[in-house]
Amino acid sequence: MALTLFDKIWNTHRVRDLADRSSLVYVDRVFLHERTGSVALTSLAELGRAVRNPRHVFATMDHILDTFPGRGDKTLVPGGEAFIRTMRRKALDTGITLFDINDARHGITHLISAEQGITLPGLVVACPDSHTCTLGALGAIGWGIGSSDCEHVLATETLRTTKPRQLRVWFDGSLGPGVTAKDMVLHLIARYGAAGARGYALEFAGPAVAALDMDARFTLCNMAVEFSAFTGLIAPDDKTLAYVQGRPYVPAGEDWERSVAEWKQLQSDEGARFDLEYRVDCGEIEPTVTWGTSPQHAVGVSQTVPLPAAAEDAEARDNMQLALDYMGLEAGQSLKGLPIDAAFIGSCTNARLDDLRAAAAILKNRKVAAGIRAICTPGSQAVKQAAEAEGLDRVFVAAGFEWREPGCSLCFNAGGEGFGPEERVMSSTNRNFRGRQGRRSRTHLASPAMVAAAAVMGRIADSRDMLDDKDAA
Amino acid sequence: MKPFVRHRGVAAPVPIDNVDTDQIIPSREMKRVSKLGLGGGLFAGSRYVYEGTERGAENPDFVLNRPEYRNASMLLSGRNFGCGSSREHAVWALADFGIRAILAQSFGRIFRSNCARNGLLAIELGQADIERILATAQAAPFEIDLEAQVIRLPDGSSLNFDVPKGDREMLLNGLDYVDYALQYEADIERHIAKDRELRPWAYLAPQN
Ligand code: SF4
Repeated sequence: MALTLFDKIWNTHRVRDLADRSSLVYVDRVFLHERTGSVALTSLAELGRAVRNPRHVFATMDHILDTFPGRGDKTLVPGGEAFIRTMRRKALDTGITLFDINDARHGITHLISAEQGITLPGLVVACPDSHTCTLGALGAIGWGIGSSDCEHVLATETLRTTKPRQLRVWFDGSLGPGVTAKDMVLHLIARYGAAGARGYALEFAGPAVAALDMDARFTLCNMAVEFSAFTGLIAPDDKTLAYVQGRPYVPAGEDWERSVAEWKQLQSDEGARFDLEYRVDCGEIEPTVTWGTSPQHAVGVSQTVPLPAAAEDAEARDNMQLALDYMGLEAGQSLKGLPIDAAFIGSCTNARLDDLRAAAAILKNRKVAAGIRAICTPGSQAVKQAAEAEGLDRVFVAAGFEWREPGCSLCFNAGGEGFGPEERVMSSTNRNFRGRQGRRSRTHLASPAMVAAAAVMGRIADSRDMLDDKDAA
Repeated sequence: MKPFVRHRGVAAPVPIDNVDTDQIIPSREMKRVSKLGLGGGLFAGSRYVYEGTERGAENPDFVLNRPEYRNASMLLSGRNFGCGSSREHAVWALADFGIRAILAQSFGRIFRSNCARNGLLAIELGQADIERILATAQAAPFEIDLEAQVIRLPDGSSLNFDVPKGDREMLLNGLDYVDYALQYEADIERHIAKDRELRPWAYLAPQN
């Protein structure tokens, strides 16, 4: 029988089916962060349970910790230190591997899980965090779980779920210059709605996906959860193998040969059945920006904010109006030219080396507009070091950006650092929910280049107009 | 875990779609390395007036601050309740506040599975049923019978509902989620032993 990529991974991991049509599924790796991992490990200990295989469990600090240079355990987040200290103590108690704050391997969970070779093609990896789907870019099942699932997987090395239905999103054609994976996924979500993949495992495929480099593939898969997908994944190819090879936790020698042979099978077979297929022509995608409070509230930069009157029903109309009110926008207005207050480049969506390069290409020899607060937090120490080796940090700093330490930072407001009420932020992150970046702050999601362009202009602009060499994508 | 067999209480209406977990409990309210004590932060963004980042007085217009709903133990909502971030704090905050059941048109995937594990019953109902409950019950208490899968409204009418079998079993028995899986420990061991031979590369050596 022709199988999908997801079927193949599922089949090798299914332990048994249960009475309620759910299955117990073996999980190869678990990654924890201080915000939810500390709580799960605490609760596990309270219940007198052990971590079943600490060798397969990793942890870091990213969510609560500050991103200021010279940071330590003390955080702006009230009570944050307790999470950090608990995580550290529990890691010691349980024997799991912790990438602590000053470790050269430190960074945002989903970045370092890939960078360290902890996530590999064909694995099932779980993390108590929604954006674990990011790792699907490696051809793995990245499974975002809640805390009780987290206790479950730590105690049993399994998770329990009903097998999701399967959706393939086929990206046809090729992206225009200056159009990125972020624009692809925002465009997709805007077209089919934020619930467009509810109940589905999603495979991204097609020529435009194959053409993406690894950093861009992580961006694409990162936002599968904003499309409500169970997870998002991309079949491994030569780019994937080249990315994986030689990383610290990757198999070596005979095991490497063996794994590569298996990874080459990790593609959806010809004629494999998907329950649903979406097709997007990449030629129609332009740099995309959100205008509202859901990732589905997105339009191309040359377009105007949609009219609630055009919504399909009264309810959708009301929701759109609420979003417009929250964002301080008028229906039908142009996004281009909209003045902003702040710019943020960071997060597990868009804080990898290629992202910083794309932003730096815009920032080079330019300055952030007066009065705009601009912040960059590279996603990991490895990204930061690599960027600094290329001199990107100097481009950011010369332009007027703060150059920070890795962490989730202003991607979400944990009560520590945030943007102010009604402050309009162009952000390379993945969520524009109300209050996500600070109470009543207004988030516009876009690609790093678009964020950089807005920072320079002081208003939303088309980054393509600012590329010196317009052919350089 | 406290078993959920039958529950009688008042349901507070939150009749909008896409109530996300950031709204249920803003991240700034999740200050504890524990599941307990989060009820005060429930819906904090709309429940309180803020002075800077500090919680101030209650917002009298918010449903849970209205006298008739102060002791609500159920919520009625629209589509996609609990969407957004996978934080289980949302469910802990609801449970800590005293919410035992949520009736909505649909739920966020992770949120929904978290409910049963924390002793909360999540019931999916059509829009017409939600509206009927809103209209009939208002602030009057009514009963949910999980054993019979029936909601009994104050006017004497009733309606049936369905919940996933596994959730129902766990809730009715007050079963611990991990114990449920550990019944299959032998299967897990067998799987791993076989898998180690098939995919040795996927298993990390000690001291890696
Ligand atoms: S960067 Fe943002 S979205 Fe990513 S893991 Fe951190 S908080 Fe979550």
